[in-house]
Formats: sequence, C-alpha cells, structure tokens
Amino acid sequence: MLQRTPLFLLHQSLGARLVEFGGWEMPVQYSSIVAEHVAVRRAAGLFDISHMGEIVVNGPGAADFLNHTLTNDIRKLAEGQGQYSLLCNERGGVVDDLYVYRLKADEFLLIVNASRVAADWDWLQIQVDHAPARDGFRLRDASAEFGAVAVQGPVVRQFIDAAIPGGSIGGTLAPQVTGLAKNEVATFVFQGTPVHVARTGYTGEDGFEVVAPASFVGAVWDALMVAGQLMGLRPAGLGARDTLRTEMGYPLYGHELDEDTTPIEAGLAHFVAFDKGEFIGREILLAQKEQGVRKRCVAFKMTDKSAPPRPGCPIWMGAAAAPVGKVVSGTQSPSLGVGIGMGYVPPEFAKPGTAIAIEIRGRRAPAVVVKKPIYQRPS
Amino acid sequence: MSNIPADLRYAKSHEWVRVEGDLATVGISDHAQHELTDVVFVELPAKGRQVKAGDACAVVESVKTASDVYSPVSGEVVETNGAVVANPALVNSSPYGEGWFFRVRLSNPDELAALLDAPAYKALVGVA
Repeated sequence: MLQRTPLFLLHQSLGARLVEFGGWEMPVQYSSIVAEHVAVRRAAGLFDISHMGEIVVNGPGAADFLNHTLTNDIRKLAEGQGQYSLLCNERGGVVDDLYVYRLKADEFLLIVNASRVAADWDWLQIQVDHAPARDGFRLRDASAEFGAVAVQGPVVRQFIDAAIPGGSIGGTLAPQVTGLAKNEVATFVFQGTPVHVARTGYTGEDGFEVVAPASFVGAVWDALMVAGQLMGLRPAGLGARDTLRTEMGYPLYGHELDEDTTPIEAGLAHFVAFDKGEFIGREILLAQKEQGVRKRCVAFKMTDKSAPPRPGCPIWMGAAAAPVGKVVSGTQSPSLGVGIGMGYVPPEFAKPGTAIAIEIRGRRAPAVVVKKPIYQRPS
Repeated sequence: MSNIPADLRYAKSHEWVRVEGDLATVGISDHAQHELTDVVFVELPAKGRQVKAGDACAVVESVKTASDVYSPVSGEVVETNGAVVANPALVNSSPYGEGWFFRVRLSNPDELAALLDAPAYKALVGVA
C-alpha cells in the first residue's frame, strides 16, 4: 500500500496524474510537465514535498554527533541557517543526501529523501550506539508529524509575505519571510501554528520551502495559492521537479547517488569538510580527493536533434570498443529544447567540452560534456 | 474530453487511419497525445519501407517516456511528415491534422475492416 501525503485529495481534485515515487503516491503532473516547468522558470510553481522525511536531532551533543555523521561542517551553521550535506557509510558511499537546518543552538532538522527514511534511520541508530556521548542528544523520526511544500520561481518573493504574514519567532530574525536570505530558516506563526520556512529549493530558482504540521500543510498550500495565483503560481508535479533539477545538475538519490558512489565521484566535494576533524568515510573520501577517482559524474548536452537520453543509456567515447559509462539522469530540457542529462565516466573524459556519444535505442547520438548547471538563468 | 472523429478508423494501440483511395494516413489519437503529454521527439519510418500491420515503425517521446507507434495497415511508406519531426508539439496541438505521422500505400485494404470505428474506439478509451 502506497503512502499518501496530507494533500492527496487535493491532488486528485486538481486532476493530477499520480505515480509511485519512493513508496508514495505522488502527482507527477497536473497539466503538463513542460508547462509546469516553464511556470517555475518564469513565474512560480507549488510542489507538495510532504513525502520527504524529517529527522529532528536535539540536545547539547547534537552538533558533535551530526558533525561526525555528516560530511559538511555543521559548525558553519549559525542558528537559523541550513546547508546541504551527505550521510556516508564507512566506504564513503552515500546513504542519503539531505538538508540540515539549525533551528536552535542545539536543535537540528534534517530533511531527507522519502525513499531513504528507513535506511537513514537504521544507519543513524548504529551511529548513536557508537557515539561517545550518546546521552547528550536525541534523535526523532518526525516524518509522520510534518508535511511540506516548496514554492519556487522568480515571482515568489512578491507574494509569500502575504501568504505567511508577520515576523519570525525563531531561527533567523526576520520581519517577514522575504527577510530571509538564501539558506536561512526561521519559524513563523501561520494561522496560530508555528511553521518552519527556509529560503531553499531544488529548482535553481529563488524560492522557499515550508515545513508545517501535517494537518496544517493544506492550509499553507491554500494560502500560497490564493496569494500567488494571479502572479502565475500553479501546482507543479514531480515531473517538472525532475526536469528542473536535471537542468541545474542537482543529484537525485538513486540516480546520481547510491551507497556505492561517493560525494567525490558525484562532484560534491564542496560539501565534504575535510578540515573539521574525523567523520564517517573521511579516510576514503580524502584519498579519492588527493589521488583521484575511477568514475566521475558529468553533465552533458546533446549537440544534435535526438531522442531524449534516458537513465541506463550507454555513453561512448571516440573509437573505444565498449561504452565508457552510463547515463543516470536524462530528459528533454524544456528550457533549452535539447536532450540533457548526467552520467558517470572515467575522469579523463569528464572535462567540459569533451565530445561523447549517447546510445539511445541502439543509435549513437553526439553530445558534449558541459559544466553544471546545464541551464543558466538569463541575467 | 477526447476528440474522436467519426470518419477515421482506429487501432487498439491508439493510432488512427484516414483512407483516401489506396492511401492511408496514420497518426496517433487525441486520447494518446493527451496520455503522453508534451511530445518532444518523433521518429518516422524511412520512405519506401514495407510495413506490416502491427509493425512498430515509429517512435514518439514525451518528456518522461518513449512509446512505439504501430502501423495499423500493411503496405509501402510513401510519405512521411517532416513538419512533425521538426516540430513534435504538433502531435499535441493537432493530432488529426498537422500532427500526422506517415502515409502508406495499402497492400491489403481488407485489413481496414479489422480496425475500430469511432464508437468502438470511444468505448475502448472509456469516454462518454
């Protein structure tokens, strides 16, 4: 039985096409993936992300525990700030990629992938058992308590203060939601209930994510819709979420990331803080950073008109007798009008500008390795 | 609500056929384009290819998926629609008009009788 978010009936009433995703029954599109994608790039889109997991870590030992368990440096986070981070195993493989928010000095909120909540929880429990100061902090799986929405796009800043009025009561001090800077988080009172709002997202556009008690997330959705509709806000599904993140070169767990792939191989070394001291996977990750990796995640763009590349398509290089790699994400870019994707290749082929070929249904189509993001917003 | 013109014949795999003399024009139905949404790529058979009814001979791709298109009739492909290759969105905007796929010179016109008429296709896709 698939899980359903608090917004499930709303999606049905909006005529959404529903698909299985990470054990959840989720809207893949309401009208059209391209129309929803374009709305987010030009105006605004509203996503149900209630399927994502929430894990709360609090107590005086929480920061030390997380700094030993995650790759990024939690000490860089002041109260009211968030950062992207990775949860790795001892082999440096990625158990999950996540966002960690410091809600209070000793309280952290982890937003994790829906499909990985159980794996994360199990892995974290093992780390708790090994933690030297296990009485100094507490972990709670709050996934069922919370729902969440993401509101993304260039016009969001023009209406979000009307949807969630007033100043913050916790986290970053802000007189209104738009007072938050990128990666900042704060607690606001929405219709009498505290909700967490962060200026983060997964689309490459300006925008916010709102984490609210599950029973309140419908009211948050409605308020955002009322405030934003006339400015072009429309519901957007997982289809657009995927094309938007692919254009940005953002990883999706299960595609770019898995337990046998490290953040260094994935091109996420920026989120691995080697100077913070010991953490799980450090030794292998450091060796990879210094001595190199055997595979590397690259972004690519098709150079001619072709069918869209898809996950699993072989990547070819010159006269090599066998494929040199494999596509892990691929689609038609609604913004660029060409096929785009990401894949793993040996590092000698990872340089932007390298000519490669993607085998799509038995035929090789020319492509070129490009820098991330694949799509750049016109400035 | 799907548009299902009364003057066409339909395959269960959602292609339509318009017959003029011994030529059959083939495309995909409004229902099919609606299910696919956002067609971004169309691949057509080579002109001169002999196709048999039921052969997969074209491909239509949306943002998310690729689907085969089957020829509902047998014969030689005598014409293909370059406009829909250049602008695949025509499949969505005009599935029975500018969004046609290819033309076949019928080698076995009796096959047409096996295709669905509009009421039968309507029943298949479940529209009132």
